[in-house]
Amino acid sequence: METSRYLLSILVDNEPGVLSRIAGLFSGRGFNIDSLSVATTDDPVVSRITMATTCDAQTIEQIKKQLHKLINVITVTDLTEKKYVERQLALVKIHANPEKRAEILRIVDIFRCRVVDVGHAHYTIEISGDSGKHEAFLSLVKPMGIVEIASTGAIALAREMGK
Amino acid sequence: MKLTGAQILVKMIKAQGVDTIFGYPGGATIEIHDEIVRHDDLRHILVRHEQGAVHAADAYSRAHQTTGVALVTSGPGATNTVTGLASAHADSIPMVVFCGQVPTGLIGNDAFQEVDIVGITRPCTKHNYLVKDPDKLAATIQEAFFIARSGRPGPVLVDLPKDIIQAQIEFTMPEEPNLRSYKPNYKPNKKQIHKVVEMIKAARRPVVFAGGGVILSRSSEQVTRLAKMAQIPVTTSLMGLGAFPGTDSLWLGMLGMHGTFRANMSIGHSDLIIAVGVRFDDRVTGKISKFAPHADIIQIDIDPTSIHKNIEVQCPIVGDCKTTLEHILALMEKQDAKDLAVDRDVWLAQIDQWKQTMPLKYEQKTDVIKPQFVVEKLWEITRGQAIITTEVGQNQMWAAQYYHFDRPNHFITSGGLGVMGFGLPAAIGAKAACPDRLVVDVAGDGSIQMNIQELMTAVENCLDVKIVILNNRFLGMVRQWQELFYNKAYACTNMDKAPDFVKLAEAYGATGYRCTDPACVEETLKKGLDTPGTVIMDFVVEREESVYPMVPAGGAITDMLLV
Ligand SMILES: Cc1ncc(C[n+]2csc(CCOP(=O)(O)OP(=O)(O)O)c2C)c(N)n1
Ligand SMILES: [Mg+2]
Repeated sequence: METSRYLLSILVDNEPGVLSRIAGLFSGRGFNIDSLSVATTDDPVVSRITMATTCDAQTIEQIKKQLHKLINVITVTDLTEKKYVERQLALVKIHANPEKRAEILRIVDIFRCRVVDVGHAHYTIEISGDSGKHEAFLSLVKPMGIVEIASTGAIALAREMGK
Repeated sequence: MKLTGAQILVKMIKAQGVDTIFGYPGGATIEIHDEIVRHDDLRHILVRHEQGAVHAADAYSRAHQTTGVALVTSGPGATNTVTGLASAHADSIPMVVFCGQVPTGLIGNDAFQEVDIVGITRPCTKHNYLVKDPDKLAATIQEAFFIARSGRPGPVLVDLPKDIIQAQIEFTMPEEPNLRSYKPNYKPNKKQIHKVVEMIKAARRPVVFAGGGVILSRSSEQVTRLAKMAQIPVTTSLMGLGAFPGTDSLWLGMLGMHGTFRANMSIGHSDLIIAVGVRFDDRVTGKISKFAPHADIIQIDIDPTSIHKNIEVQCPIVGDCKTTLEHILALMEKQDAKDLAVDRDVWLAQIDQWKQTMPLKYEQKTDVIKPQFVVEKLWEITRGQAIITTEVGQNQMWAAQYYHFDRPNHFITSGGLGVMGFGLPAAIGAKAACPDRLVVDVAGDGSIQMNIQELMTAVENCLDVKIVILNNRFLGMVRQWQELFYNKAYACTNMDKAPDFVKLAEAYGATGYRCTDPACVEETLKKGLDTPGTVIMDFVVEREESVYPMVPAGGAITDMLLV
């Protein structure tokens, strides 16, 4: 079956063990998690989990239903069915030989990223955007030599209706 | 009013209408057990192994149609409940298991008899709790019962640290639980109801396929009315046996790996399957791509995850089986009766022909007892009135095939997990629930040894259960697979070294009879059933008898091995 990337926004009770129930559901049923990001919302007893997964259409149906079946899950929204804004934050440390610095800065400028740390051998760049932007940026800086990356999972919210 | 945690626990359990607890104490539960014995209206049945407590609570729940309760200590007491929880989870049985835990201050320190039982049982419970705040104890217990019995039922575990049990807590009776994240949907979609009736009218070869959900939602009466009104033959899963009378002319027998020829053929030729409270387990479907190739499927289930999981369905309905069937029946009643059963005589004649050519069969000769014969005689002698529990293996399948269940909640088996050692503690649980009923465990010689210690529980508590061992001196079902698919290489399935079950019964203060002669089967059964107290009847049967029909694992259900 054909697979694609899905982005789920899940509101859960902010209680110990809830994340483990969700992670356990995925591992126990052989579902795949691409990325996961969790934090409390403006309501302190509720957390929002944003989860990206790649699977086929039948599997995403089961995932949504199984998530919903967990007692601590309040709502499951499939953002992929809607219009949404998505962001992911990454810190990318790259080799910055003197002859490459100008090009790095040009790329940083085009992608509207920021250089957040400058050393003799490395630049660390902060990039924020959707997963497509991250992929494009990384493919351009990769030839220069990436030292290490720290990246958050995707976070996302549905857009206001009609937009 | 200030109460101890133990007092609150007992008060809340009693408030749920529970009158029986199956338990086993330890350091972490002394206060609770001490409180329980002060209440004459709450019976504690002391088992001999915690696994027995959980299976007994499971069967109690099924026979009594309430929520079963077990109570165990921390650490090993808690880990011994895992198999029972997993079995109840697979069979959707409402049950609450309480376990002791080390004091909250020690949790996480690898204390003596500390295990993370909430972590261990997360995938095999419907939900579970660790109570950390004494003020939430009462509400948590109430929520546990609510979750166990509502929606698609299931087992819930509550972990109780010792300091919570000892605490002095201001008690007020909690409000009815109202969980914003858990609202099971009982009402079906009206549009779908119309579609169902149209599909029934259009069908020429319909079959009703009922499962454990029908038993759980107490809708066997509705299934029966629907079948009769539209003259639709009925099959069930193992868990659904008793949902439709096993002596009715529309009865097809069980479906699946050891289903009847006519049930499997009917599904293979059907043009409409009305599936009620089933989850299309692989033991029922066989090869998915060959399952019901000509049929549209209507599926009614309270649990949305059961729908479209293994099988594509054309008309899904999420809702309580009973409520949904009532809606369908109300609409059917408004139709012209003959529109609901178009060309049914042709279909029923075809089914009858399958029945004539390939009935369930075995041949009882004069030298060795056939296991099927024992079950058939048991059915005759008890006039189908007994509550039957089973162990797992061939004994379970022969009980399913040859004891014809006319009513729900009379066949109690570990269907989804297939736990050897289930039958004896289950019989004890069923007997505790229904003291006036005859309860018989149809057992295998291997399985009965897995929880044999519970004989003492039965004898001590005068829970008279009758155990019929179909003793083939083999782990018979595994041997059958070895015979059919592994060139008769009987690796590790020979059980000819076994205890003398008659003496074993006597050692526990029960009665034992042995029968080796086909001519004495009836007499032994009558004698055993009439003897007061717990009785083992050890039937020495044909060693290499196999269960037929059989669909090889992964094959199409219409490709059956027949005798
Ligand atoms: C706890 C457990 N262990 C192993 C199995 C695998 N198993 C399934 S049937 C069976 C044989 C059971 O033997 P017996 O109780 O003598 O029943 P029979 O098939 O001979 O009637 C075994 C070992 C199981 N179902 N449960
Ligand atoms: Mg055996």
